[in-house]
Amino acid sequence: MSLVGAKVLRKEDPRLLTGRATFVDDVNPTSCAFAQFVVSEHAHANILAIDVSEALRMPGVLGVWTAQDLRDFPDLPGGLPDLERPPLATGRVRWAGEPLAVVVATDRYQAADAVAAVRVEYEVLRAVTSVEEALAPDAELLFPQHGSNALLTVPMLDDLDRTMDSCDQRAKLHLVNQRCAVVPIEPMSCLADWSVDGLTLWATHQAPHHLRNKLATWLNIPQTHCRVIAPSVGGGFGAKIVFAPEFFIVPLLSKWTRRPVKFVQSRTEAMLQMTHGRDQVHDIEVGFEKSGKIRALRMVVSQNIGAYGDPTGLGLPVLTTWMAAGCYKIPKVQTAFRCVATNTTPVAAYRGAGRPEATYAVERIVDLVARRTGVDPVEVRQRNFIQPNEFPYETHNEAVIYDSGNFPEALNECVRLLDYSKWRQRQAANRNDPTKPLIGIGFSTWIEIAGFGPNGSLEGFGHLASWESTQIRVHPDGSATIFIGASPHGQGTETVVSQIASDELGISFERINVVHGDTATVLQGIGTMGSRAVPMVGSATKVASQRLLVRAKKIAAHLLEAAEEDLEVANDAFSVRGTPGKKVGWSDVAFASFQPLRLPPELQAGTLEERLFHESPNFSYPSGAYGCVVEIDRNTGKTKVVQMVLVDDCGTVINPLLAEGQVHGGVAQGIAQALYEEMRYDPASGQPITSNLVDYLVPSAPDLPNYIAGRVTTLCPNNPLGAKGIGESGAIGSPPAVVNAVCDALSDFGVEHLDMPLLPEKVWRAMNPVSEGARQ
Amino acid sequence: MIPAPFRHIRARSISEALDALVSHGENAKLLAGGHSLIPLMKLRLATPSVLVDIGDITEQSGVRREGDSLVIGALTRHVVVERSPIVLGCAPLLAHTASLVGDPQVRNRGTIGGSVAHGDSASDLPVSLLALDAEFISVSPRGLRKLSAAEFFVGFWQTALAPDEILTEIRVPIREVGWSYQKFTTRSQDWATVSVAVAGQQVTLGAMAEIPLRAKAVESSLLAGASHRDAAQHADTETNPSSDLRASADYRRHLSRVLTLAALDEAASRVSDAAAHSGKN
Amino acid sequence: MTRVRITVNGAQEAHDVEDRTLLVHYLRESARLTGTHVGCDTSNCGACTVLLDDSAVKSCTVLAVQADGHYVTTVEGLSGPFNGLSAVQEGFRQEHGLQCGYCTPGMLMACTALLNENANPSEHEIRHALEGNICRCTGYEMIVRSVQWAAENQEAQ
Repeated sequence: MSLVGAKVLRKEDPRLLTGRATFVDDVNPTSCAFAQFVVSEHAHANILAIDVSEALRMPGVLGVWTAQDLRDFPDLPGGLPDLERPPLATGRVRWAGEPLAVVVATDRYQAADAVAAVRVEYEVLRAVTSVEEALAPDAELLFPQHGSNALLTVPMLDDLDRTMDSCDQRAKLHLVNQRCAVVPIEPMSCLADWSVDGLTLWATHQAPHHLRNKLATWLNIPQTHCRVIAPSVGGGFGAKIVFAPEFFIVPLLSKWTRRPVKFVQSRTEAMLQMTHGRDQVHDIEVGFEKSGKIRALRMVVSQNIGAYGDPTGLGLPVLTTWMAAGCYKIPKVQTAFRCVATNTTPVAAYRGAGRPEATYAVERIVDLVARRTGVDPVEVRQRNFIQPNEFPYETHNEAVIYDSGNFPEALNECVRLLDYSKWRQRQAANRNDPTKPLIGIGFSTWIEIAGFGPNGSLEGFGHLASWESTQIRVHPDGSATIFIGASPHGQGTETVVSQIASDELGISFERINVVHGDTATVLQGIGTMGSRAVPMVGSATKVASQRLLVRAKKIAAHLLEAAEEDLEVANDAFSVRGTPGKKVGWSDVAFASFQPLRLPPELQAGTLEERLFHESPNFSYPSGAYGCVVEIDRNTGKTKVVQMVLVDDCGTVINPLLAEGQVHGGVAQGIAQALYEEMRYDPASGQPITSNLVDYLVPSAPDLPNYIAGRVTTLCPNNPLGAKGIGESGAIGSPPAVVNAVCDALSDFGVEHLDMPLLPEKVWRAMNPVSEGARQ
Repeated sequence: MIPAPFRHIRARSISEALDALVSHGENAKLLAGGHSLIPLMKLRLATPSVLVDIGDITEQSGVRREGDSLVIGALTRHVVVERSPIVLGCAPLLAHTASLVGDPQVRNRGTIGGSVAHGDSASDLPVSLLALDAEFISVSPRGLRKLSAAEFFVGFWQTALAPDEILTEIRVPIREVGWSYQKFTTRSQDWATVSVAVAGQQVTLGAMAEIPLRAKAVESSLLAGASHRDAAQHADTETNPSSDLRASADYRRHLSRVLTLAALDEAASRVSDAAAHSGKN
Repeated sequence: MTRVRITVNGAQEAHDVEDRTLLVHYLRESARLTGTHVGCDTSNCGACTVLLDDSAVKSCTVLAVQADGHYVTTVEGLSGPFNGLSAVQEGFRQEHGLQCGYCTPGMLMACTALLNENANPSEHEIRHALEGNICRCTGYEMIVRSVQWAAENQEAQ
């Protein structure tokens, strides 16, 4: 029975279910000291003085360090040239929450007390928190030497005005894709132990080799003396790809104090210091015919990158503009973007990383086209879709060639599962009954760019390369360990890789162990991000398994005195087709593989090891059709999702249970962005005002619906699994489905658009625009 | 995340607790369930140097009926108030309100006295206790004091309790009346944006001012024979809701009217259900 | 410093701790049981949930001294007939109620408390019982299914 495609329960679970998994804060070496950062109270200020004298006198304090102590070290890697971020604020703080000093004490309670005793003197400057404010003529500049807060601009080549004028109609939207906090439940933490043999850094990270490489360079030590371990990681969602300063500073603290030093972020610190997501503003315009056929699309993206350009953050609007046309065959597409610095937390990847933004913009404008033409939103999509026989499809950007898809079928399946006509009837019935909630129905047909990626793609974000590594080692007893360069944090990659390897090698699932996250034992890897694990490390493992099996079969054939071509392998044994009883176990073959006297002449001892750095010729392009039904309380504006249908096309599904779990999780974050979450700043002071989980509204179980999952399958032609990945799909496809549904419900009130999050008051005001202070 | 240092004193009786409060003065705070105080201390918004722990004083915990009064010890946990058959029988409004405080873990630890003494007008129990005409019994070195709910809640995060005074009991007159508690939140676990309680003729509002309020204009409108819908329009008369992250003052005013109507309707339906049942008997 | 004695998972622990020590830190650092996790600082996320005298509480909002003389059960104290796992733990495994696993110990304790009080909860009751536990990975439906699995298979326990 093939494990690929089967619902296989996870290998990861027993340790996580019994509290025996090791997260960074669970590692407790003797004499471990604790670091805590002093952070800026102001959004924008010159640092006049940092008085650490009282802190130094407090019990248990081993030291307090500032930027002065790091002056021999470079800025953090990967930012914009001349605009890189120092590990500790140097001379100027650029956002409220920016670390500017660090205390180390013998226990974490003492460290907290010492942080409270550090006194900082500031000269407060004006702060800007939005793109508009940052670009105003009199705005305070974050980097005066740069001359503008727009740090990077890529203009449009042609504004398509003439094309649009030649269409029946034009329509445009100004959209805010609001700033979100990533909120993995495990905040940033690291533990550095710099001993005479070198540095070991435990870090909650998605790309441990990448971190190791950059860290060794920064610390000026050989990579062989720098070991990074990402143990169990409590969620990442993109924020843990980042080079957070603590990963660079805490090793130095260990070196200077001559003991292990641990840093664990509090949630409030995480809200201010972990990179945020989204925060793009779009001006999108289309020219279209009265049939709903779109002839031209132009999109200008303004990315608020926060106080410093993060290497991933700077790439987000690139991905957004690449995916601006979505699933649609639009003859003329033009995009432009700019990255604007503001006095806010730096922005980087957050589940979807640039693609949710693109999908949101194009799906909102398509709904507007439907409204303006009177054509049903399902029909408008069908009329504009790229057809299944038009793949590979070259988009407006030469880097983006969609590989495969069947958008019409996905949308039909979504409509069927949703029971669309039933909901339209209910909507009509409820409309005139004031005791019933308003009903809204919204769709989102989407495509995303994943499986990062072809050679050069991740290099653009500062990574070493874009392949992914796998190494299979068969032990003398026929069990196997697979070392993968991917670095999972909830995806179940150990399980999925074991399923693939088990199918190929015929070694049973329970006798395969997958290791990841440790640079001392795993070959150079790239990491887990961009929905790449299954397409990249899954494919790598499949091919590596096949290659290893060739040599295993040679040994088996030799032992059985049979022909290699006649051998089959399953259930930990090799048998000869047509000759029952003639069998040799994997354990015998494996044992023999280390014994030169028993090997065929062409093989040497240790031959049952295979490594592969798998490259992909292209990205992969998962797609799907989501449908959402909302009920809106007419009296309060409170919105409830009552139906959420998710039809995904991720190509080959390795494990349907895990794939569905990924979609649920992504959709939960998408609904949360649509209805609840927003990272907000006070415009006058630049202070963050949603810096904890009381005020930043991450939903819990009663706030979210059940999900109806469906599937369409078009294989990915670019990897041996035919798999596209699914990790970010839910977060990409769902926000526009929800917003389209709410705007559909509110269309009776003349509302064409409402920005996320669609909090009750906002929806109520849209229904009652003149109700300020008025009664009835 | 980490509170500032303090000394923990376990009081085995109310009088021991009073002695500790007196000797430590302004530096001391009472600790009951800790679910109002400890969160503040973890953010270092409160930094008492002494905590007087009354959490184990079992005499102050529990529910009983005394004649026509429901008596609840101040240290009774929300989960007990929520599930007690005595409370369900004598003051179902209170049981229902307690079931909406925080989340299940909070209800397992937080106490009615602790919640009420905190003085947060977005808190659930004060709104219902005001509607129920509850009395608050406290002790101090000056003796026993009995305060009405209106006297008890005096201002923003402020009650009438002196720093050396301990709330020991809450007494609720037992009345068989229609009741309702309406709480509007964005997420399920949020504090009330606005809340409304109805018990018989009394209508009260939460988060519409610095303290829980009687909606007097609604009450007199009802007494004058107005319909629920008309009476509810007066819900925000003489209130002072704030505009904050959760909601604007205007929206709160609107919600107060919506919730008041829903509460009046629900309370009335409970009365007619009760009448229907007693009719059957 | 105060000597705090707590029976944790049936074993008597006794440690000298500062009065301000949070129960979650006593469990993780003094009793060295790192299964209980810290996810926030405003008592919202519930990752720190343990049973204190059989009631689910947020151990980040309880002082260790308040638990002196009491019983605590952490995730390490769960066990049962499913290869050593309790019905709730096995339910999470069967229905994929966990992904990164960081919120999971708190979820398991909250779900265990729920089923101890209500052996057959409705979906509505399950979701509301978990109102104080945040998960960022699962979207909650698979957690609900996990509890339903446990409810259906509890008799074996």
